[in-house]
Amino acid sequence: MRHPAIEVTDLHKSFRIPTNRVDSLKERVVRPFSARDYRELHALDGVSFEIDQGEFFGIVGRNGSGKSTLLKLLASIYRPDRGRIRMAGRLAPFIELGVGFNHELTARENVVLNGVMMGLTPNEMRRRLDAVIEFAELEEFAELKLKNYSSGMLVRLAFAVMMEADADVLLIDEVLAVGDAAFQQKCADAFHEMKAAGKTIVLVTHEMSTVEQYCHRAMLIADGRIQQLGDPGEVGREYLRLNFEGGAAAAKVTSGTRDLRLDGLWLENADGERVENVEFGEDILLRGEVEVLQATPGVRIGFTLIDEDGHGIFQFGTGTEEGDPPLEPGDRLAISTRLENPLTSGRYFLHFGAQRHPDPRATVLHVERALGFHVFGGPPSQGVVQLPHESSLSVRERA
Amino acid sequence: MSTPTQTPPAAPELKEVRGPSALGGGPRRFFDLLWLMSATEFKRIYFGTVLGYLWSLIRPLMLFGVLLFVFTRVFKIGSDKVEHYPVMLLLGIVLFTFFQEATTNSVTSVVAQEGVVRKTQFPRLVIPLSTVLTAAFNFCLNLAIVLVFLFAFGVDPSWTWLLFPVVLALLFAFTAGVSMALSVLYVRFRDIAIIWTVVAQVLFYATPILYPINFESDSTYERILMLSPLAAIFEQARVWVLNEAQAPTAVEAAGGWLGLVPAIVIFCAVCVYGVWVFRREAPRVAEEL
Repeated sequence: MRHPAIEVTDLHKSFRIPTNRVDSLKERVVRPFSARDYRELHALDGVSFEIDQGEFFGIVGRNGSGKSTLLKLLASIYRPDRGRIRMAGRLAPFIELGVGFNHELTARENVVLNGVMMGLTPNEMRRRLDAVIEFAELEEFAELKLKNYSSGMLVRLAFAVMMEADADVLLIDEVLAVGDAAFQQKCADAFHEMKAAGKTIVLVTHEMSTVEQYCHRAMLIADGRIQQLGDPGEVGREYLRLNFEGGAAAAKVTSGTRDLRLDGLWLENADGERVENVEFGEDILLRGEVEVLQATPGVRIGFTLIDEDGHGIFQFGTGTEEGDPPLEPGDRLAISTRLENPLTSGRYFLHFGAQRHPDPRATVLHVERALGFHVFGGPPSQGVVQLPHESSLSVRERA
Repeated sequence: MSTPTQTPPAAPELKEVRGPSALGGGPRRFFDLLWLMSATEFKRIYFGTVLGYLWSLIRPLMLFGVLLFVFTRVFKIGSDKVEHYPVMLLLGIVLFTFFQEATTNSVTSVVAQEGVVRKTQFPRLVIPLSTVLTAAFNFCLNLAIVLVFLFAFGVDPSWTWLLFPVVLALLFAFTAGVSMALSVLYVRFRDIAIIWTVVAQVLFYATPILYPINFESDSTYERILMLSPLAAIFEQARVWVLNEAQAPTAVEAAGGWLGLVPAIVIFCAVCVYGVWVFRREAPRVAEEL
């Protein structure tokens, strides 16, 4: 039998973003009836879902998708405009890299205070105090005011408080984004322990690997709505697709005399639909459009494929034919390239370059990272590419 | 979709989550938090400094010393007309220090606790009330000094001292009401901090602290003074603690119960407004910060 731990029904939350903020009394007094301009921002727009007890539930979404708002509503920090949240048991939140500390107080005082905020009695929390400090590995700094803590120490302490608060439901926001390797390992162990103990955990993260590793189910939020809910692997792929939509959004540096303009560069799948991610082994179909701004006899264009760290992998290019008529301003050129895809999973970029032809003296256009895309599903590998190979090992001689 | 392998032994009931509020979360938690926050704040202030608690004594005592000198040596209004002027002055200063400290610290209290407010769910009302309670701890210690002065100046203990807690209760209620309103309004209107320092200064002079209210003095001024609930509270404190024959009670100073009605109305209005505005704003404080 299923026991829901969290039940969210048709949740709405919007914020008023004042276009000119009135925060002084004078303005209120001087212009008491002037309509204050607001822009309504619908952070959450009708979200409904259920999380079972003992479930490890992942929430992913791009920045500004509404996932933090959802978390804050679950944690009772914001009040919903509409809709209902029901929750079973006590809750421990870990939001925006912390559980809410007063930086003027020492670690000990903060730990007790936080425990009480999460619904424990002061005595219960005092009993757990040593365990918290020990988990956070802050024995030497227990009497230090938090304002003197490093950010890593703060996160450790916050995580330790949340762990020891012994809540039924844990809300965790981006904990793995910080901390050194040792602490991350500790978090990972703690996650496994909590999972085994049957705690209900809601984890918000950008790390798809974390979601796939721990979560029973995951939910993708975009523009305040549930985009997808279900298998973590599928949600993860959808998230990646969403995240790299218009991969050209990556930092671009453009140089050259700009006699040409790159109007678009995208990847297509076999059905001719634009895609942002390519599965390992599937051909990469690169399409693009260039507009001619200055007359030229011909152009050559070239691409450099680089990996996430900027290492060049492969160069390829094409150009207008020798006998083609010269190009006039307003002419449009279509780029079409098919590439085999031996790339292993990861993020890749393409630099774009164009030169006059047959007079290749000046670069007319150079766009760095004109396109970014993801390759997924490749075999685990140390390298950047998986080259076709045939190898065998056989016994030549038997003793 | 994989399902969790293990169901937890206990299955707590689903309860509605209503979002933040002024009071929510049960009285137990409220008072635990209130006490804990006040106590840690009190410790923080006085254990973090070299002279510790002495500072909280020195501030009112310095003010007392200066004012006593000015009004007994320079202007000579105190020593002639009032039997126990120094004690009256000290009592007034200690009472007002509590009011001023509590309200001034409350103004920024909610904003100062931003980190906690934005990340944790807890009854928001705890914040201004713990500030008032911290000031009250201070005040209790300062009262010991007043007691020393009472004996030193030969004020006889009287049964009316037993009524002093009534005055304190009224002062606490008024202070809490003002603090609630200020703390939550400051989130939206940052001018409140400046305005309040001025208002507090005015209130200091508009309350019978430096000067006594006497039967024989001009009654129009007194009527105006007695519009302030603080004046009534302070006057009554003087009557009950100092037990002087020439000190009129709050009722007498206001010219009868009818004259005291405005002060009572203002008192109630401030307390009700404080609670009302705090309850109204509390759910959205985290968003406004």
